[in-house]
Amino acid sequence: MAPDFTQNHFELFGLPVSYAIELGHLDHSYRKLQGEVHPDRFAAATPAERLRSMQLATHVNEAYQTLKSPIARARYLLHLNGIDTQENTNTAMPAEFLMQQMEWREAIEEAREAADIPALDRLLRELHNTASAQESHLHTMLDEHKDFASAAETVRKLRFLDKVRVEIEQAIEALEN
Amino acid sequence: MALLQISEPGQSPAPHQHRLAVGIDLGTTNSLVATVRSGMSVVLHDEQGRALLPSVVHYLADGRAEVGYAAQSQQSRDPHNTIVSAKRFMGRGVHDIEDLGHYPYRFVDAPGMLQLSTVAGSKSPVEISAEILKVLKTRAEKSLGGELTGAVITVPAYFDEAQRQATKDAARLAGLNVLRLLNEPTAAAVAYGLDNAAEGVFVVYDLGGGTFDVSILRLSRGVFEVLATNGDSALGGDDFDRRVFCWVLEQAKLPPIGPEDTRLLLTKAREAKEQLTDHADTRITCMLSSGDLIDLTLTSQIFNELTQHLVSKTLTPTRKALRDAKIGIEEVQGVVMVGGATRMPQIQRAVAEFFQQEPLTNLDPDKVVALGAAIQANVLAGNRNDNELLLLDVIPLSLGLETMGGLTEKIIPRNSTIPVARAQDFTTYKDGQTAMSIQVVQGERELVSECRSLARFELKGIPPMVAGAARVRVTFQVDADGLLSVSAREQTSGVEAHVVVKPSYGLSDDEIANMLQAGFSHAQDDKQARALREAQVEAHRLLEAIAAALDKDGTLLGDTERVALEQQMAALRELATKDDARAISAGIESLNRSSETFAARRMDASVKQVLAGHKLDELNL
Repeated sequence: MAPDFTQNHFELFGLPVSYAIELGHLDHSYRKLQGEVHPDRFAAATPAERLRSMQLATHVNEAYQTLKSPIARARYLLHLNGIDTQENTNTAMPAEFLMQQMEWREAIEEAREAADIPALDRLLRELHNTASAQESHLHTMLDEHKDFASAAETVRKLRFLDKVRVEIEQAIEALEN
Repeated sequence: MALLQISEPGQSPAPHQHRLAVGIDLGTTNSLVATVRSGMSVVLHDEQGRALLPSVVHYLADGRAEVGYAAQSQQSRDPHNTIVSAKRFMGRGVHDIEDLGHYPYRFVDAPGMLQLSTVAGSKSPVEISAEILKVLKTRAEKSLGGELTGAVITVPAYFDEAQRQATKDAARLAGLNVLRLLNEPTAAAVAYGLDNAAEGVFVVYDLGGGTFDVSILRLSRGVFEVLATNGDSALGGDDFDRRVFCWVLEQAKLPPIGPEDTRLLLTKAREAKEQLTDHADTRITCMLSSGDLIDLTLTSQIFNELTQHLVSKTLTPTRKALRDAKIGIEEVQGVVMVGGATRMPQIQRAVAEFFQQEPLTNLDPDKVVALGAAIQANVLAGNRNDNELLLLDVIPLSLGLETMGGLTEKIIPRNSTIPVARAQDFTTYKDGQTAMSIQVVQGERELVSECRSLARFELKGIPPMVAGAARVRVTFQVDADGLLSVSAREQTSGVEAHVVVKPSYGLSDDEIANMLQAGFSHAQDDKQARALREAQVEAHRLLEAIAAALDKDGTLLGDTERVALEQQMAALRELATKDDARAISAGIESLNRSSETFAARRMDASVKQVLAGHKLDELNL
């Protein structure tokens, strides 16, 4: 059963409902909240309280992870505005973006075959920079323009980038083993 | 200044007494028990003043077991019945052990978890570990002068579900109330961090006798947040001994040797390894049962070459953990070394080179885990109420489900902070399908066959619908011990199934009771007496907890509600003075239910308070 929380995740941490958030404030509030609800605080309490504590701590963890990750935060914000990001159904992407994807995948394949871990690390950094650019784009669209449709597309792009990242990390792990 | 406490007779919470709680490091090679005394974490010694208890159990024909140094001295003489490093077998089947032939034991293939055949019968690693825990429990109770409220038991961070559950079972079998399973590197970080008022990102590199863990933590004002953990639950100091052992066999061109000689040479190998910590070379001499004389010189250079690949095997998980934590080497404030095996110079060199800084070796790598566990035990037992210490740990391995085609669908990714819950919807793939089989797996691989299967259960009674119409929501919940429960619910009909994931060998409460009973001669009486005692303890624990809660937040209840709750409490207090265990349990149940609303209000109130605090903070910004 979900705990009876009526606030959204932003309110839970005392943050304004916006994409741009003060991460230091989030971390601080998170630790403070866990300090109150974490099961370690209730090890000697009644079973009812222990259960409640586990549910609340679970909820706080979930909310924290959602707000900490740029893509999850954007998705959540869109969800609060009634927008579905359609990440599984809408795969239409600008041609330019798809080209970039293909280049990355080829580069991964080459590095994998050449067992070139430094090359994979470089790709990982490049990917990280591309993702960061998209993330600052999200701030403009969500907080300033309230352009939810193009924010949703950016979330879908970030999802793609995330898949490429996982692929690179798996390639590195396979080579390291 | 002493103040008068005003309360109704018989309703005051017991004066706050120091509860006896310990931290136990159940190690592959050695085990320890520690406690917090006058605010200091200390390791408890045996009567001879020794801190370490060798994790060795020697079984005798009459069914008794010797543990520790006494058992260790028997290992070459009676290798079949002297179990060393049982931790390596916790939650493992025969097929999981790679180098079965190298152990001087008679393995028995049992469902779920292997057993070892001894003169006292077949013993599971759980029972063997329980023998070690019993000795530590007795040591603690003697030393502290009373019964223990509970214990925190440490486990390698990279232990999987089966290994964790096995550890918890061993503790229950030893009669310990487990307050929490705590990851070893986290325990070490607590001991180190509190001692040094450390702040920032720290790495704990923990190479024990049989397991390797690496954890990345962020320390900030008493909060220990694990960012990522990785490791190898079958890599440790033992493997270095084994490399030396194989080298001796090669050098001496020995024919296959018996279990006594195997154990003797392994001991010699371990001694040689320890010698090389501060010597450039060492001699290995001994006489085998065949009359063959071994006399070899092992230099540290040869030793380094023999074990080079083991050293680099620890760096792969280290890199993975850093990647998962998204932490660069330059951000690492310090590297804490834990586990006896980190005394090896080649390990320290490799770690220093990798992190480009000298590792922190100023604490005793054998004791730091137990010391940290004791600090956590003290907090959990409620002895320390200053809310200064908070541990936020993670699960080491991803948890998922089998989907079509034997593929794994990850539900909770590794390194998620616990407690954590996730739900995912699945559907039926055939028209009229009324049941769904759910296989729960743990691991990182894409194929189910390459992950560890944790449990399989069925959701039955789904009303017949066309394929794809049913909505089965599967929910995973991992608690603060890192243990998983899974439930499935068909959304349109409300049909539900729930399992607390217990690995297939999983001991049921009855089995535990029977094992306990086997240890007593007057079985029936003892069992009843024990059940009664446990129910009474449980009742008092609950009464004390509710009384404390009422004392603090009683205003959250209306007058009628409070009276009703107090009546229930009085009823249970009355029952607990009688000797009907069943009635006491029923009383506990019912008081528990009655306190649920109060519990919910208290928790919500404390959350609101924190939130109110936020607003104030903001005003001050």
